[in-house]
Amino acid sequence: MNIKAKILDQEALLRIITRMSHEIIEKNKGPENLIIMGLRTRGEYLATRLRDKILSIENVDVPLGILDVTLYRDDFRTRLKQPEVSVSNITFDITDKNIVLVDDVLYTGRTIRSALCAIMDFGRPATIKLCCLVDRGHRQLPIKADIIGKNIPTSINEEVRVKLLEHDGEDAVYLVEV
Amino acid sequence: MQTLLKNLRIIDTTLNIDQKADILIDNGLIEKIGTDIEVNDWNVDIHDLSGCIAAPGFIDIHVHLREPGREDEETVVSGCMGAAAGGFTAIASMPNTDPAADAAEIIESIITKSEKTPVDVYPIGAATIERKGEVLAPIGELVEAGAVAFSDDGVAIKTAGILRRVMEYASMYNAPVIEHCEDESMAGGSMNEGFNSTRFGLTAIPPIAEELTVARDIMMAEYTGAKVHIAHISTAKAVQLVREGKAKGIKVTAEVTPHHFTLTDDSLADYDTNFKMNPPLRTKDDVAAMIEGLRDGTIDCIASDHAPHSIEEKEMEFEYAPNGILGLETTLGLTLNNLYHQGVLSIPQIVEKLVVNPRNILGIPVPVIREGEKANLTIFDPEKEYKVRVAGFKSKSRNSPFDGHTLKGAPVAIFNKGKLVLSQVSG
Amino acid sequence: MQLKTKHLLGLENVSSSDIQSILDTAVSFKQVLERPIKKVPTLQGKTVVNLFYENSTRTRISFELAEKRLSADSVNFSVSGSSVSKGETFKDTVRNIEAMKVDMIVVRHGSAGVPQYLTKISDSVVINAGDGIHEHPTQALLDMYSIREKLGKLEGLKVCIVGDIAHSRVALSNIFGLQAMGAEVSVCGPATLIPRNIGDLGVKVIHNIDEAIQENDVLNILRIQLERKARAAFPSTREYHKYYGITKERMEKNKKDVLLLHPGPINRGVEISSEMADGEHQIILEQVTNGVAVRMAILYLLGTRQGEDN
Repeated sequence: MNIKAKILDQEALLRIITRMSHEIIEKNKGPENLIIMGLRTRGEYLATRLRDKILSIENVDVPLGILDVTLYRDDFRTRLKQPEVSVSNITFDITDKNIVLVDDVLYTGRTIRSALCAIMDFGRPATIKLCCLVDRGHRQLPIKADIIGKNIPTSINEEVRVKLLEHDGEDAVYLVEV
Repeated sequence: MQTLLKNLRIIDTTLNIDQKADILIDNGLIEKIGTDIEVNDWNVDIHDLSGCIAAPGFIDIHVHLREPGREDEETVVSGCMGAAAGGFTAIASMPNTDPAADAAEIIESIITKSEKTPVDVYPIGAATIERKGEVLAPIGELVEAGAVAFSDDGVAIKTAGILRRVMEYASMYNAPVIEHCEDESMAGGSMNEGFNSTRFGLTAIPPIAEELTVARDIMMAEYTGAKVHIAHISTAKAVQLVREGKAKGIKVTAEVTPHHFTLTDDSLADYDTNFKMNPPLRTKDDVAAMIEGLRDGTIDCIASDHAPHSIEEKEMEFEYAPNGILGLETTLGLTLNNLYHQGVLSIPQIVEKLVVNPRNILGIPVPVIREGEKANLTIFDPEKEYKVRVAGFKSKSRNSPFDGHTLKGAPVAIFNKGKLVLSQVSG
Repeated sequence: MQLKTKHLLGLENVSSSDIQSILDTAVSFKQVLERPIKKVPTLQGKTVVNLFYENSTRTRISFELAEKRLSADSVNFSVSGSSVSKGETFKDTVRNIEAMKVDMIVVRHGSAGVPQYLTKISDSVVINAGDGIHEHPTQALLDMYSIREKLGKLEGLKVCIVGDIAHSRVALSNIFGLQAMGAEVSVCGPATLIPRNIGDLGVKVIHNIDEAIQENDVLNILRIQLERKARAAFPSTREYHKYYGITKERMEKNKKDVLLLHPGPINRGVEISSEMADGEHQIILEQVTNGVAVRMAILYLLGTRQGEDN
């Protein structure tokens, strides 16, 4: 693996998160009836930051959920390593709520497909919107993000690595070659 | 028809012979024993047997022939062919056929069927009618028909009361009572009771079930003055009981199977039904006691408890599979491999345990290697290494746990009833 | 965490890291059971056969629900009694089932060693749902899960298995599993219901129930078999209840806070009084819920296990 470019530094990343928070509130016409739901692992930290930001802007504590989609994956037969299951953390009813699903990188769309199926098994939300820090293209399913931090066109042998302070010790986005 | 067996080492413990020589056999009789016998007749069948030992014919006194009743598993003829391939010129057949060998006609029919084979069969008669332990079998008639001993093998003679009568009656004919020692009220398990049965979750037979009956039988032999022979002894305490009985002058003898002096119940970890037999495989300490019993003479002879079972019957859930394994075609190999090559017994001692003692127990003549005698010989190669191949067995059944084992020491041929039969065990 | 073991035949040779993985994974599945839709698509397209040669409604239903909630296709094949009485050998039955292309077989059989035998005659992943008086690993895992959930750990705990140890497959699996996880295991019951060699497994034998209550953090109370054969080993259920039954008076007398488990079905008034079976110390129904979660975890971990690596 070698790093081709640092696409976002901390300053840029924080600015994007602030903008995305505003966009979430704007698209939802306010913070009411809203749920932020992060996908494990890095989506969880992004979701937490978005929730905190919304709290500081609107002074409303929006419920935060964490979703583990391992059990809904479609690649059990093709993967080399068995994925580890971990728990989801959704302690409230999601029926008739507006969910904003948060993930770090949008790529094939398969993880989001899993997440949509998983959410439906928890209840029947009014709407689901997708919010991603990076969209790198190459979709394999008819899925598109409603809120995008940054579009990064990539080739198939490149990867986007999002690093977050809480998990990786730094805030940055890299383009790497694999 | 003449046969010349060249370059043998002849061991006959009865005549106290251990010499290198050739044996010339003419029409089934030993014509000449000597070094460098030369014959110029091209009609003579000549075999060079350098490295091989010739002993008087081996006998296995614990064989289940399954005829009548389960001819799909073994017949008198197939059992005899298995015996010949395994190096035995004689066997004694157990009476737990279906129907049991409790009538003269059955004894006679077994003998008649064996006559065409190269092996002598000495039938053991049932001790009680249908081996049920209630009514005495017609022991007198059975002796007249050719039975040499009496047993309800498969089970012990049911009660002390009937045992006493069997012993008293059989001793009029000087016939031994052969006992499968197992207390009925503690029987019925699938393996030895111990640490392993706890781990493997199998129903278990405690060693004391054997020892109680051994003790009973020895005391009854002392009381009646009869001869008792303990079949397939398997526990250390049972060996000790026999040792003490012999020291007191009681007429008790004992045999051990090759599996009981080679294997332990550790082998059951895979629930392979080819390791299921009764008595069950015991512990390391018990195996050591078997070895010691063989060494000090407490255990008189080696017998296989050859118990053929069909593949369908053995390929079953462990608890439901029948007891017993094949023995005729592995006994000699296991004896040489585990006793001779381990320094437990010398070749002359093995000859005692497979030729002389078992015949003395049954009270039948012991063949000798002497000019003018009938040629009754077992020829074996103590140094030959080979892999046991159950698929090549002459027996009709295949239930041996020793398939694929490498053994050192192999039967080469037998000569009996005027015929030389080459063994293919070590093919 | 990928399991080292390919099948679940018993806990004797399962590593503590595998047990840990199963218990940890079961936490996620327990959460699934608490949702409105208690089903995930994880084992879609996998076929599981529940091959039951012994009546066991509870274990079978628990497995069946676990399979259905993982979206596996599951089929029940129940035979009462042995293959012998059915007229088809076990091997033939298994080969017939395999010919229908299945992925996993959950087997319950009255004869010990059958799951192991099954692995030799079949290519499927085999899960032991109880074999003879040998092992019942999924029951022990759910017991361990329940204890851990309630007390927060297994290591260092003192657990006593009470009752008919000699005729129990639950006891042996619990002993192996709990010992692997660092618990101290003892057994308590009349001498005739305790295997002669159990001590060799590093298990303390207690004959006095009060002593068992005082010395332990957890009591796993086994069902007393009321069948004739097992009953010959003790005088009467009345006498058993008097000396080994868990009652309110006995618990109060010992003033000890112990957790009570029971694998079910309960003989009320024999091994445990009704009052205690419904009382505050017990987690009997929680065990049943956990049973589904633990079995889901096992089916998931074995059913999606990759390759032959170890």
